[in-house]
Amino acid sequence: MYAFNIERPSTIAGAVDALAKDEAQALGGGQTLIPTLKQRLASPDTLVSLTGIPEMQGICTADDGALCIGGATSHAAVAAGASAYPALAALAGGVGDPAVRNRGTIGGSLANNDPSACYPSAVLASDATIVTNAREIAADDFFDGLFATALDEGEIITEVRFPVPEAANYQKFLQPASRFALVGVFVAKYADGVRVAVTGASEDGVFRWSDAEAALSGNFSASALAELSVPADGMIADLHGSAEYRAHLVKVMTGRAVSAA
Amino acid sequence: MPKDGGIGASTKRREDVRFLTGSGHYTDDINLHGQAYVHFLRSEVAHGELKGVDTSAAEAMDGVVRIFTGADFEGIGGLPCGWQITDRFGEVMQEPAHPVLAQGKVRHVGDPIAAVVAESPEAARDAAEAIVVDIKELPAVIDMKEAVANSDIKVHDDLTSNLCYDWGFVEENRDAVDEAIKNAHHVTTLELKNQRLVANPMEPRVAVGEYSAGTGDYTLYTTSQNPHVIRLLMGAFVLGIPEHKLRVVAPDVGGGFGSKIFHYAEEAFCTFAAKAVRRPVKWTASRSEAFISDAQGRDHVTKIELALDKDGHFLALRTDTYANMGAYLSTFAPSVPTWLHGTLMAGNYKTPLIYVNVKAVFTNTVPVDAYRGAGRPEATFQLERVIDKAAREMGIDPIALRRKNFVTEFPYATPVAVEYDTGDYEATMAKLEEIADLKGFEKRRAASAEKGMLRGLGVNCYIEACGIAPSNLVGQLGARAGLYESATVRVNATGGLVVMTGSHSHGQGHETSFAQVISDMIGVDADMVEIVHGDTSKVPMGMGTYGSRSIAVGGSAMVRATEKIIAKAKKIAAHLMEASDSDIELKDGQFTVAGTDKSVAWGDVTLAAYVPHNYPLEDIEPGLEETAFYDPANFTYPAGAYSCEVEVDPDTGKVTIASFAAADDFGNIVNPMIVDGQVHGGIGQGIGQALLENTVYDENGQLLTGSYMDYAMPRADDLPSFSVDHSCQTPCTHNPLGVKGCGEAGAIGSPPAVVNAVVDALQRAGHTNVTHIDMPLSPSRVWAAMNS
Ligand SMILES: Cc1cc2nc3c(=O)[nH]c(=O)nc-3n(C[C@H](O)[C@H](O)[C@H](O)COP(=O)(O)OP(=O)(O)OC[C@H]3O[C@@H](n4cnc5c(N)ncnc54)[C@H](O)[C@@H]3O)c2cc1C
Repeated sequence: MYAFNIERPSTIAGAVDALAKDEAQALGGGQTLIPTLKQRLASPDTLVSLTGIPEMQGICTADDGALCIGGATSHAAVAAGASAYPALAALAGGVGDPAVRNRGTIGGSLANNDPSACYPSAVLASDATIVTNAREIAADDFFDGLFATALDEGEIITEVRFPVPEAANYQKFLQPASRFALVGVFVAKYADGVRVAVTGASEDGVFRWSDAEAALSGNFSASALAELSVPADGMIADLHGSAEYRAHLVKVMTGRAVSAA
Repeated sequence: MPKDGGIGASTKRREDVRFLTGSGHYTDDINLHGQAYVHFLRSEVAHGELKGVDTSAAEAMDGVVRIFTGADFEGIGGLPCGWQITDRFGEVMQEPAHPVLAQGKVRHVGDPIAAVVAESPEAARDAAEAIVVDIKELPAVIDMKEAVANSDIKVHDDLTSNLCYDWGFVEENRDAVDEAIKNAHHVTTLELKNQRLVANPMEPRVAVGEYSAGTGDYTLYTTSQNPHVIRLLMGAFVLGIPEHKLRVVAPDVGGGFGSKIFHYAEEAFCTFAAKAVRRPVKWTASRSEAFISDAQGRDHVTKIELALDKDGHFLALRTDTYANMGAYLSTFAPSVPTWLHGTLMAGNYKTPLIYVNVKAVFTNTVPVDAYRGAGRPEATFQLERVIDKAAREMGIDPIALRRKNFVTEFPYATPVAVEYDTGDYEATMAKLEEIADLKGFEKRRAASAEKGMLRGLGVNCYIEACGIAPSNLVGQLGARAGLYESATVRVNATGGLVVMTGSHSHGQGHETSFAQVISDMIGVDADMVEIVHGDTSKVPMGMGTYGSRSIAVGGSAMVRATEKIIAKAKKIAAHLMEASDSDIELKDGQFTVAGTDKSVAWGDVTLAAYVPHNYPLEDIEPGLEETAFYDPANFTYPAGAYSCEVEVDPDTGKVTIASFAAADDFGNIVNPMIVDGQVHGGIGQGIGQALLENTVYDENGQLLTGSYMDYAMPRADDLPSFSVDHSCQTPCTHNPLGVKGCGEAGAIGSPPAVVNAVVDALQRAGHTNVTHIDMPLSPSRVWAAMNS
């Protein structure tokens, strides 16, 4: 780790100001950023901690019924408090280990957009809205490939709004070492259709499996997937699994998510 | 019933109190006045020519004390290898130099190029980043067969090839084995890999060097399993420090699994630099550094052939192995694929003819050396896998096939140079059938099928040679060390005992179990016995802990020393009671005169020894302290039978261990609870190897599994609750405690059980083309096998 300064603003406005400085970077739970610093792969002058900002903490229900989660809310808080959206709570409860869940935040996870992270699949499958200090971004416009998002420099995720589905489930097939998702599939059924988002599998990061969405919107059962298959093209191939294996798992995990939803 | 605290009691581990409450004292807890910190600049390429190392900018940086490069170590010894193998043709192995800091060339990712000594770890690291290394990257050789076939890329330019040795054992059997295989009714052939593992002890390595300008004495604090071995190797071969001027201390050590046996460059560096900069010098490895600098384990590629007659009797066995040495020879590396592997190829069976060929190969990877089991897991895995395959091919039940071939008479001289003193393989197999309820397997399989899961059963046996080792024998086999053990038993005036043992405890619980032995022999409370280890200034020359040798060899030395204590104490007691020595009995801490009601207490005798007012000074010296060195007459041969049941998810290939049972024969047992723990840990590591762990280099020699993001360690929820039993006991015939040792059994015996079980599950599900899957049996590999 290189030396850095730390600021702990207590308002979003304060955080935005602090982040306007050169070489300043937001710090959520630090579960990705701190290991990166320890490896000396990043060298910000100033870290701006977002976890002391009350406006960015907690879970509530909006007038339209959407579940709103503060951008600096920990995975553990979501696991314990998102009972209005059980599939989401279960996803949060399956991230990492207790230490990671008590520190890591939803905003940090989404801003990081690790191709194997869990939250991006929930956000995309739920057609959630990412609220920042500057604007609201639809899930379909937010994720931009590996470790890239629509966020501008210094922009902060302050809240995420999840429309609550009629039924949903997340199936995570563990990468044996990291226990991130080798393949994770989030299925959410709304009155106007089903959305299926896949993480861990694609070289382009989280994506929607539109064939499955179409099939499941007509018939919300695993058997609706029988004729479908996912092409291995563009799937991640590494020492934990070939592209074919990942493509195969997408279908298996989707079926399991539908059955469990 | 065992006496409370004596031999056979499940006494709680006294050392756990300090380990579990954060009051242990590890090497990294040692901070010496004025110490400086080292950061090693390590090679990022697997193979390269060092054209220049420019430290000028780095030297000017804040906090830098001094920067060392290979040039500072010219003329200083390299890291020695402790074992010399003689090959099939009577030639000694090729033995490359292993400099402390790279000279001329780097040979693996992680090879140290320079070392910065600075005021803080951060300053040292900052400066290391400012060193400019001019390196010409060379093509690397990673694959062993390619390393042997392709002479263009040589890891060591001054050697004739990348082949360290080509070993044949027993060479005289070679033709007879070939002939027997050619003529056999049935031959089963299996090609497999025993993948490379990273030891991953919880505590990474640490070294602190100290030099006293006043006395010229050096002290090295280090995370070692055998401080005397480090003192001898580093003192005599690397730095030229006489042993009486060098103290090596290995305090609490957080696990080793073999990887802390060896003498490492960082230890020599810190000791050397402490004198050079006249300050204590400390190095603490990061986990990332451990992945590229701790010696790694296994890495064999093997072809094994088993010849059988029409009834399934084993006729002959031939195995060909390529064993990876990595870029340099780590301390005991050459012995692992040879004497610790070839000698075990008979297993539990009476195969009359065996021939083992091993080609040890240099590659541009981290050195490989002993890792829990060392050679014996590799032997057991191939043997027990090929037997399972043979059983399937011949339509014989795999347990019945094993039984048919068991060694049943002891002592038994194998065709691979060792003599098993005792054993009862039928008993452990019968015990396994009972504790694993093997009869109930079909029912459990049906229940799994109900859930859509493919259940399989794997069974295997194992034998190991431990209690390492008779010095004269290993000397003939190329060891450059003796493998005895030492103990000094010091009795204090007030009756308490201090045992200075050469065995080192780094998690094994010696402080508890060794005290139990003394308590049992003398009849004093175990709390009156203190076990001291890990400091060359306190303990007589000892060889340390590895090869499941501590209780068998170190415990025996302690028994011998205690026998001397008791003999002398009896003379003192006889004097005090005016009786003859030969009439004195010691029981429960009381000396009595046989046939009388006279007695004196242990404490009266020990006090008399140090306050010799009424004492036979003309016959015996005052004081009560004795030392013994014990050199074993043979190896010990723990053996057992293991079983594993798995459930395979047919949709994903994921393997879940449904149950695991181990029936071991460890001879006599000092502390059953500690033995359970050793077996549990070993099985955990064995399952880790079977299902999860893998060390992967890409073709350029970059380590792809350099962190826990990609190197899969077993976690508690990967493991079932084990069923272990060690009630089958055939005591060792040649050591005083009748013990065999239990530290490695679990890791040796468990991988084949898991793989046998998975293959069984797939076979039963109709995947009859799947006869083997290389470890680790990750979901993707099992799925690929099912869909091949
Ligand atoms: C051992 C371990 C296991 C893990 N397992 C899983 C897993 O199974 N599934 C999974 O999904 N994840 C897993 N993670 C990752 C974990 O969820 C992290 O918490 C998450 O990826 C990052 O969140 P954070 O709050 O810690 O962010 P930080 O590490 O603090 O920051 C990450 C990045 O996001 C930026 N950032 C942080 N907060 C905001 C914000 N509110 N607005 C804009 N930018 C922001 C930072 O500047 C930084 O670039 C694991 C991590 C570890 C260490």
